[in-house]
Amino acid sequence: MVAAALTNALVAATRFGYAPKPGELTTIAQDPRGWALHQLEAKPTLLDPSLPASPGMVAEFLRARQEFRQNKDPDSRKTENQRLRAVYLAELDARMHAAVDGDAPLQERLVRFWSNHFTVSCVRPIIRGFAGAFEREAIRPHITGRFVDMLLAAERHPAMLFYLDQVLSIGPNSPAGRRQRRGLNENLAREMMELHTLGVDGGYTQDDVEALARILTGWSIARLNDPNVGQFHFYPQLHEPGAQRLLGKTYAESGYDQGELALRDLAAYPATATHIATKLARHFIADDPPKESVQRIAAVFRETGGDLKRVTQAVIREDAAWKAFAKVRAPEDLLIACCRVTGFTPPAQFQAQTLRALDQQPFFAPQPEGWSDQAKDWIGPEAVLHRADCCESLAARLPNPPDPVTLADDVFGEALPDDAGQAIRRAASRREGLALLLASPEFQRR
Amino acid sequence: MGTTRRDFLGMAAGAFAVAGLPHAVFAAAPGDRRFVVVLLRGAMDGLAAVPPVGDPHYAEKRGVIALDADACIALDHGFALNPGLKVLEPYYRRGELLLVPASGNGYRTRSHFDGQDLMECGLSAKTRATDGWLNRALALLQPASNRSSDKRLGLAVGGAVPLLLRGAVPVATWEPAGVKVADADFVTALGSLYQHDALFGPALQLGLKTQNFSDTVLGDSAPKGPGGFGPKAFAPLAGAAGKLLAAEDGPRIAALEMLGWDTHVAQGTTQGRLYENLSGLADGFDALAQNLGPAWKNTVVIATTEFGRTVAVNGTNGTDHGTGTAMFVLGGAVKGGRIYGDWPGLGQLEDNRDLRVATDSRSIAKGVLRDHLGIDSASLNAKVFPDAAALKPAEGLLRA
Repeated sequence: MVAAALTNALVAATRFGYAPKPGELTTIAQDPRGWALHQLEAKPTLLDPSLPASPGMVAEFLRARQEFRQNKDPDSRKTENQRLRAVYLAELDARMHAAVDGDAPLQERLVRFWSNHFTVSCVRPIIRGFAGAFEREAIRPHITGRFVDMLLAAERHPAMLFYLDQVLSIGPNSPAGRRQRRGLNENLAREMMELHTLGVDGGYTQDDVEALARILTGWSIARLNDPNVGQFHFYPQLHEPGAQRLLGKTYAESGYDQGELALRDLAAYPATATHIATKLARHFIADDPPKESVQRIAAVFRETGGDLKRVTQAVIREDAAWKAFAKVRAPEDLLIACCRVTGFTPPAQFQAQTLRALDQQPFFAPQPEGWSDQAKDWIGPEAVLHRADCCESLAARLPNPPDPVTLADDVFGEALPDDAGQAIRRAASRREGLALLLASPEFQRR
Repeated sequence: MGTTRRDFLGMAAGAFAVAGLPHAVFAAAPGDRRFVVVLLRGAMDGLAAVPPVGDPHYAEKRGVIALDADACIALDHGFALNPGLKVLEPYYRRGELLLVPASGNGYRTRSHFDGQDLMECGLSAKTRATDGWLNRALALLQPASNRSSDKRLGLAVGGAVPLLLRGAVPVATWEPAGVKVADADFVTALGSLYQHDALFGPALQLGLKTQNFSDTVLGDSAPKGPGGFGPKAFAPLAGAAGKLLAAEDGPRIAALEMLGWDTHVAQGTTQGRLYENLSGLADGFDALAQNLGPAWKNTVVIATTEFGRTVAVNGTNGTDHGTGTAMFVLGGAVKGGRIYGDWPGLGQLEDNRDLRVATDSRSIAKGVLRDHLGIDSASLNAKVFPDAAALKPAEGLLRA
């Protein structure tokens, strides 16, 4: 095998996947680009169908909340918390195994990219029971579909409606608004434009935020006494009546449709294409990606009406995306890669603890903007020690530790520098050799 | 409450804004002086933290979340302290707490993430800033020739280094350990593996140095487990920071963060989410002060947030992104027990919704950097706040 082909295979395996399973590198080396592109053809996996769907979990949450308010029974709350913890760990384990065991790791990378783009976080504990369902229901089906469909699915999902307070927003002149003192909440409207579509420099104003907030009033979740409890529901009695002017365009009063039309337009603005292209390029090319790459990816986004399969193909076609070790792995990326190469996935409890210690516990992003995609936010003096600790404690847990020298060849081909190879060969124990392989500067990057 | 309308009129005219007092100039490095910056992420509601209960428009414009003057701790000029901050009352009475009730930065578009970037890089307009104003100040205190000897001047508490402290001068970080400390042989081998890596190499070296140092200083008293940045986690972090800063050979300048100020929903008044946050913050200040011990008298702490919140309550008993907010300046070196800066009043609002900014937070920072750390005005304008030369350093913040 020629060295160049192996290097391209390594980039493919780490950039458009997580890391090669032992033996996989030589297969990928036959056609690295083809391997990356081919992964987009498979139907996205929706994980174990027995994981609980959101309407049921939302209904149960509403019921538990009502019950607790009536009888204040701390035991029932404790039982409920234990149940939610079990659901959370099951979700974590399912998505981890999909990334570690599956043959289309690019899809899993895309799932996490988009899930992070549309962050919902259990920092708001009310969504604990269905944050995982959000990713399965609103993100996974659309990663190679149309952006607008993912946008609609994400914004209408109960997890998002709760997380960004939309369920509490009431049109001040709606029938309900005139009866009570509650009114507009602009949280979802603002983040939708700033984070999900146009981007902060996308040209909207405070007036646009307020107009979109008015347009979205009525978007909520069916309550306990409604037949479709726990699902998206439009309540006309909460909706602010009248036409609204958003980004220079007037949206006639049309109830629910007023909001859907506004979202469809937001998905189609050129600023949205540029915002998405910038984030994709930052994830797949470099922390500060070349402008030309961003422009080309944005052009494909615009020309295809946000066809995410075509957009991802455009990313793969960028020559700049094929530079080895250009990106530092974020913590979850690192853990998945460790599991893929060692063939061992620790229990969900360990996954959660490790990622919490590394400041990237899944579904617990601190703010609606999600996790950073730049090395400077992940690599500090303390973080480097924690990452090394994580590699060592994982190496210590391997039930059948492989030979570190053979594994290094399997994982890196010929891309591992001599000093790292030497350190691994000279390691005092198999365990230390494996820990050094996982902690090496090359394995910490992708 | 002894506040009259006249107090507010007087304030609007700047009657109690302190005029230029003489101040000491320190040519040498800061020596025993400590400086701590606390970043309150999410936009703290200054109108709830330091409510202007004497402003004639306050109760009417705030609506249901207006604080009742009787439930608050009365201060001067019609301002009060939120009951969540009651731990700070003795600090105010002792003259160690200064409050700036209409502060803000030069930023007006109400995005958290841009607002936080600007609060930390200290510039007026959004640029691709990659370093923070506190790191640029460190560069002036620690000439490049001395950096390799690592005087451990700067410390980021809580894991990653915030933009505020990023830049040319390497800083240490400290956070409670969440995973066990790796085997020494492994770490030694790793050191040689990382030696040629520009990113991982220096980070590992500094990490090990800090770990040894903080283990020695904190011993068994180190808070356990990564507790996040919420109200309950802040006091242990601030307390640990106090111990580290108090140590003879410890850092002198530190940055801490506290999250959770984005109170769009049910922010509460004398209880609830914002109250919890404020009491967590006050407990943290108190823990910091206690653990600094005798060093507290040489300490200045400023706590700042990206912007304030709407004057009016929103539709969900919370507040949305606004403009003017309040700032805390405290420490044994502070000439406190006062309300500082002009009060624009709630009669006329920014964009008809927000408190106006009367004091730019960078003037406060400039005043502290000049009078406490001895950085001259020319360097402040040239290096630390290069596009804010027109902003004068706040005068008279510190005890003479």
